[in-house]
Order: sequence, then C-alpha cells, then structure tokens
Amino acid sequence: MTPTLQVVLIVSAALFSTGLLAALSRRHAIFILIGIEMMLGAANLNFIAFWRFSPQSQPPTGIMIAIFSIAIAAAEAAVGLALVIAVYRHYRTTNVDRLNQLKG
Amino acid sequence: MSSIAFVLIAVLTLAAALAAATLQKLMHATLSFALTFVGVAALFFLLGAEFVGLALIFVYIGAVAVLVVFTILLTRRDVEKDRGANWGGTFLAVAMFGGLTWAILKTQSVAIAAPHIRALTVRRIGETLMTSYVWPLQCIGLLLTAALIGALVLVMEEKR
Amino acid sequence: MSWIIDHLWLIPAVPFAASLAILSLPNGRHRGAAALAIAGQIAALVLSFFAFLPTLQVSGFRAVQNFTWFTFGDHALRLGWVLDPLAAVMLTMITLVGLCIFIFSTGYMIGDKNFVRFFAYLSFFSGAMLGLVISNSLLLLFICWELVGLASYLLIGFWIERPSAAAAAKKAFITTRIGDMGFFLGLLWLYGRSGTLLFYDGGNGCLESAGLAMLGASAMSIALLIFCGAVGKSGQFPLHVWLPDAMEGPTPVSALIHAATMVAAGVFLVARVYPIFSLGAIDGVTSSLTVVVWIGVTTALMAALIAIAQADIKRILAYSTVSQLGLMMVSLGVGGVAAGMMHLLAHGFFKALLFLGAGSVIHGCHHEQDIRKMGGLRRLMPVTFLTYAIGMMALSGVPLFFSGGWTKEEILHVTAHWAPSRLPYYFLLAGVVLTALYMTRQIIYVFFGNRRAASEHAHESPRVMTMPLIVLASCAILFSVVLTPAWPWLHGYLTDEPAHLEFARLIQPALFLSLVLVGAGVALGIWMYRKAGTQDRQRPADTDPLEFAQPQLFRFLENKMWIDELYARTVIAFSWMSARLSDWMDRHFWDGLVRGVGTMGRLFGTFTASVDERGINPGVDETTVGTRGLGRLMSAAHSGQIQTYLGIIAIGALALLLFYAWLA
Repeated sequence: MTPTLQVVLIVSAALFSTGLLAALSRRHAIFILIGIEMMLGAANLNFIAFWRFSPQSQPPTGIMIAIFSIAIAAAEAAVGLALVIAVYRHYRTTNVDRLNQLKG
Repeated sequence: MSSIAFVLIAVLTLAAALAAATLQKLMHATLSFALTFVGVAALFFLLGAEFVGLALIFVYIGAVAVLVVFTILLTRRDVEKDRGANWGGTFLAVAMFGGLTWAILKTQSVAIAAPHIRALTVRRIGETLMTSYVWPLQCIGLLLTAALIGALVLVMEEKR
Repeated sequence: MSWIIDHLWLIPAVPFAASLAILSLPNGRHRGAAALAIAGQIAALVLSFFAFLPTLQVSGFRAVQNFTWFTFGDHALRLGWVLDPLAAVMLTMITLVGLCIFIFSTGYMIGDKNFVRFFAYLSFFSGAMLGLVISNSLLLLFICWELVGLASYLLIGFWIERPSAAAAAKKAFITTRIGDMGFFLGLLWLYGRSGTLLFYDGGNGCLESAGLAMLGASAMSIALLIFCGAVGKSGQFPLHVWLPDAMEGPTPVSALIHAATMVAAGVFLVARVYPIFSLGAIDGVTSSLTVVVWIGVTTALMAALIAIAQADIKRILAYSTVSQLGLMMVSLGVGGVAAGMMHLLAHGFFKALLFLGAGSVIHGCHHEQDIRKMGGLRRLMPVTFLTYAIGMMALSGVPLFFSGGWTKEEILHVTAHWAPSRLPYYFLLAGVVLTALYMTRQIIYVFFGNRRAASEHAHESPRVMTMPLIVLASCAILFSVVLTPAWPWLHGYLTDEPAHLEFARLIQPALFLSLVLVGAGVALGIWMYRKAGTQDRQRPADTDPLEFAQPQLFRFLENKMWIDELYARTVIAFSWMSARLSDWMDRHFWDGLVRGVGTMGRLFGTFTASVDERGINPGVDETTVGTRGLGRLMSAAHSGQIQTYLGIIAIGALALLLFYAWLA
C-alpha cells in the first residue's frame, strides 16, 4: 500500500510516544535526554511528512524547519550532557530520583 | 515510494526506539538509540528529504550518540544498568499514542497520497537558507556558539 | 443739692462697705467691728439728712437717676434710684433707728464670741434696706428685697449652735420665699405688659400714666401678685407664721428687722406701687385694694387675740408687730396711703423702743424671757420701765403726746369712710382695745407686782443700752409734733397738700372715741391682771388669769390658733410626700433606667466579646490553619522529581491535543 500521510503520522506518533516513555521511565539522567531527542526526531519526521504530502511552494519550509530543528537539538544535547557531567561531579550520582533538591 | 520498504524501515525504527527506552544495559540502549536514527534517516530518504536525512546522520549519530557514550563513560561510577519502563510512564506513553492516533485518524484532511514533486536539490536548500532564512541561520550560528561556550563553562574545573 | 441726688447710691453703699470691712477683721476685734458699723451708720444718717433737705423745698419733689445695667439685643435693663418724700422719710427713719439699735447692741452682745460677725451682718442688712427704699426699679427693689431676706435669715439663725434658731431661720426664709415667688411673677408680668420696670422714667415709667395705660385689666392680677411678696415679708395672714419664730434671733435683730424696718418693707412696697393697685379705682376702691384691706383686717385682729395668751416677752411684741402691720395694710387698702406711712414711721420708732426695752429686761434678768417669771422690775430698772411705758402708750394709741395715737387716729378716720363696708372699721376698733389690753398685761406682769424668780438678781442695764432707749422714747414723743391734726405737716409733706396750723382740729369726736377705747382697754387689763403672778383664790400663782377663766379659749390662743399645726398637716405634709415621691422616683425609676441602659451596654459588650472570642477568633485561626494546610498541600506538588514534572506536562499536552482534536 502506498503510505498515506496518516500512516506516516502514526509512525511519527509511535516514535514520539516511545521517546516519552524513555523520558518518563528511565532513571539515568542521560536517558531523559535520549528520550527528548527521540521526540524531536519524531517532530522532524512530522514536518518532513507534511512537506512531502503538501503542494509544493517556494521556499521549502518543512525542510528548513527540520534543518534548524536538528541544529537546535545538537546544541541542546551538548549543553544537556555538559549539565549531566557537572551534576555528576557535584552530587556523584546521575540518578534523577536522587536529584530532588528543588523539592518544595 | 515503495510501501514495503516503508513498512520495514518503520518497524526497524520503532523496534530500535523501544529497545532504547527499555534496555537495561546503558551501552546497549545507547546503540539502539543510534539505530533509531538510522531508521529515521532512512525514512527521510524515502520521503525525498535526502539532505535532511544526511544531516540527521551526521548530527545525531555522529555527534549526539557519541556524546552520550562519552558521558556514560565519564559518569560510570554510579550504575552499569538502568531500570526499564515503569507503570506510570508506560501508561502515559500508551495514552499519548492512543490520543495522537485517534486525532490523526479523525482528521480526514490528512488521508492523502503523496503528490508528485520536483526533486529538492541541495542548491535550492542553500539558496533558501541564504536568502529567505538568512536571519534564522545567523541566529542558529549564535545559538551554537552560545551552546559551545556554555557547555565548556559548565564542565570547566573550578579554580582552587 | 444735686450732688446728693447724683450720689444717692452712697447711702446704701456705705453700710455695705462697712460690712465688707468688718468681715475682713479677725474674730477678736470687738471694738473695731462696732466702731466700723456705727461709723457706717452715722455716715448713712448724715447722707440721708442731706437727701431729706431738698425734698422739703419743692412740693411734689421727685428726683430720678436712671442708668442702664446691661443690654441684650434690642432691650436694655435699666435700674435707678429715686428721691421723693416717701423715700426720704424712710431713709431717715431707718438710719436713725438703726443707729440707736447698733449702739444698743454693743452693750447687749458684749461677751458674745461672734460679735464681729454680728455687726457685719447688721451693716449688711442696713445697706440692703436702704437700697430697697431708694430704688427706682422694681427689679432693683426685688434684689434688695432678697438681700434683706438673706440678712434676716443670717441674723435669725445667728446663734448657730441652737437648732431652734436654725429651724426658725429656715422657716422665715421659706415662708417669705413663697411670697417672693408671687412677687417675682408679678414683676415679670409687669415687665411683659409695660416693657419697663422703672417706676419713674420721664413719663415712661411703669407707675406713670403711659406705663399704667399699658396694663389694662392685668393691673389687678399684677398688684395681687406683688402683694404676695408684701404678705410674706410683712407677716400678713396666711404667711405670718415665721415672725413669732424669728424671735429666736438676738433682741437687737428683732428690734431692727422684725419691728422697724424689714417687715415694714412690705408696707413700703404697697405704698410704692400704689398707682398699680389703684388703677381704675371707683370711689377709691379696686378689687386688689379690697383684698389688701381684708387681709390686713384679718391679720390685725387675729394677731392681737393671740398676743393676749403668750408668755414670752418677745413673742407678745412679735404678734403685736404683726397686728400693727395688718393695721397699716388696712390703711393703705382704704386709700389712706399717707396715714399708713405715718403709722409705719411712728411704729418704727416705738416698736424698736419696745423691743430694745425688752432686750434690756432680758439682759437685766440674765436672759430670762418668760414674763411669768418676772415682776416688780419697776423699781429695779427705772429707766427701762419709763421708756417701756412710753412705748406702750405710743403703741396702745394714747393720744396727745404719743405719736402712735395720732397715726392710729388717722387710720381709723379713713377706714370709717371706706365705701364698701364699715366692718373693717369695727374690727379695728376691737383691735385698739385688744392692743391696749395685751400691752397692759405685759407691763403688769413684767414691771409690777411682786418680784418673782428671775427678777431677784435683776439690775439696770448699762448706759450704752439705756441711752438709745431714751433717744427712741424722745423720738416717739417728739414725732407726734408733726403728726397732730393741728399741724399735719407730715401728712401734707407726704401728699403734697399744704399744712396749716389749726388748733381747732385737735378737738374731734373720733378722738374722744379712741380715747374711750384705749382707756377701756387699759382698765380691762388692769382689772384682769392686777393679781397676775400671785396666788388669787383658787388660781395658782403661775397660771394666767385668762387661762384660769377660759382654759379652752386660752389654749386656742396660746397655740397660735393651731395655724402652724394646720400648715404642718397640709402644706408641709404635701411637700414631704412630694419629696419622698421624687426621691423614690429618682432612686428606683430614673436610677433604674440609667442602670438599665448601663446594663444593656454591658450586655452588648459581653455579647460582642463572646462573638469575638468564639466566632471571629476561631474563624481567623481556622483560616490560617486552612491556608497553611492548603500551602502544605500545594507544596507537595513540588516533589523535586523531574520525571514527575515531565509526566504532568505530558498529561497536559495530551489533554490539550484531545481537546483541539475534539473541537475539530
């Protein structure tokens, strides 16, 4: 079957949910970041899908958004990983359950 | 595009993603993560956005996954293993998937087939970046610079 | 001459100043006090003499000096003084009699601790009385009237350690107050009708034709109200009850105030405002004057009857005064204003003489006042006896040499010609007989017969006391010179008629009648009382002959016809009841109301306090607890767990998504 936009979107939704699962259930701080990257990837997929299935117009906005999104994701991953290392240095743990100093 | 290829690639991607979310061993999970993005890049290729797919491979697998491996190695003392999914998270993820699917299926306007398009050249991407999207491009440059500096500052050893 | 008229106010002012000066002396300065008082009185006498002179020159003399006291809005309150024959003779009489009494007092009050205070009060009284006489305004007269009443109160109750004296002073003040209330109402009414209280004001005064015309029909009521004051002050029936009790004061006080001057103020008042009384007179008769006549007659007769049964030497004289004042009122009422005033002047002299004589007797008998315990003082106190006898003859009305006889004659004459009725005339004739009777009784008891208890150690009084007696006795005799019908100078002076010397007028049928009556009275007295004070057949020594003969009548008269008891049962009892009712009301009713309001306030306060304690405070407390709980609840949401936060965000996003999807 030719994949309709709906199918692609559903795949993207599944990827998104999986990313959410990873972010919510992992204990290690890194894996929350991994989950977020997966969610971002799913969003990129969405954009590209919509670009593909829509009447083309100058400029190719979907592509542009995806490119920028990748760039941002990279920057964010860098900073996030630096944060994890800094936190590890200070608290000697990457277990988010134990990183609850902001408890009110 | 071919639907069989699509299905296969989709299944691969989702399996890898699930593996990344649930595997206990950290390294295995990281490598699954990389695999997920391979699948996503393949999907991009299928959808005709080759340049973006390549950029995805370069950035995510080339940079982010490697960074994650480095970080795991640098913060090794705590755990080798990590727990898998828990009930709350699973439920929420399933609910999210269910909700999204319902929304998608409900919308008739997205039940369309792929139209014929002109192939998107890199030249065109470049032209667009430099003309319509030049300001966002500059901002992204600034952002990347700031992220770089920020990351460095964060991990810098404090002067004693 | 006009100097004295401009400075007429000096005449009362000098004794007032003397009184103030005496009050500033310490208690032991007897001589200084007496000297100041007598000096003040002499000065007043000299000034009165100077005031008297100009009035002789012109007939119908009247000099007036008015001034404004204060103004309020459009109205001004004006006072003033007047000098006319009426005022001039009163001034002279008061100062002269006063001087004699002051000198007498220096002897009588010797040894009294409160000597200084006595003379201060005497001077004060003198000033007030003189002010009363010269005042040209009814208000100023009323002011001096009240001051005189105050002096009387202070002097009656002079011996403050005696409860009877204090009670008598209170009785005098309250009884005269009742009269004064009528006086004040009349004063207000007069002011309301005529717009002025000045007697003479260049034609606008209330006694002049313009003022009188504004009174109209209210003249009778105003006159009667003013007469109430006179009834109180002059001891007329029914307000006579205070005068006999006033004898509790020292004898000079009785002489000055309750014989010569203060009680005469009532008669003087009626003479002063006579134009109001006689407004609209037909044949010289108006309703108000008729009332005056009948009250006067009743008083004269009643008092004379009571005097016969009294045993206290001063009480007899007190009732005699009341009776004579009644006589004067009758005279004024029937139109004989001049006759009444002449009798007033003569009475002033001889009554003062009699009282001072009684004082001399009391002093000589070491303060014994019961006549039944005296006797045979004729030999022991000759000067006193002689002067007393002169006074008695003047009072009884023995004609020819004694002033009282001529004036009484004059009064009987005018009363006989009173149009409405001859009854007053007959009553007055009876009064003449009674007067002679009780005076004879008194003289026999005191001066004749055997010596009884108190007269054992009696002695004549010192010269300082007998001199004034002699002076007054001489006045009593010499006064008759200007009173005789042969040369009615005083009458002419008072009524603006020319007076000619005519010896023929000495012989009149009425004169013989009064001679007969007086003789009859004296003879009756001698016959009844010749054996008074001694055992006589079945009558024991100390029983009065009349008491033996007619015990019930005697008892009735002795107890002052039970009038005091009547008042005690009615007026005073009513007053007591009202006072007790008011007290009860105040104590229970009004106090209860006030306490009730207070209790309500207190209840309200308690209620508010309890609401605050139980309602508001816990409410506030609960609110704070609740807020804290809520805060604790809300802070539970801040778990610090990142994945929890993320989960919540995811739920929120899902919900939003579903919502938009559903909308679409």
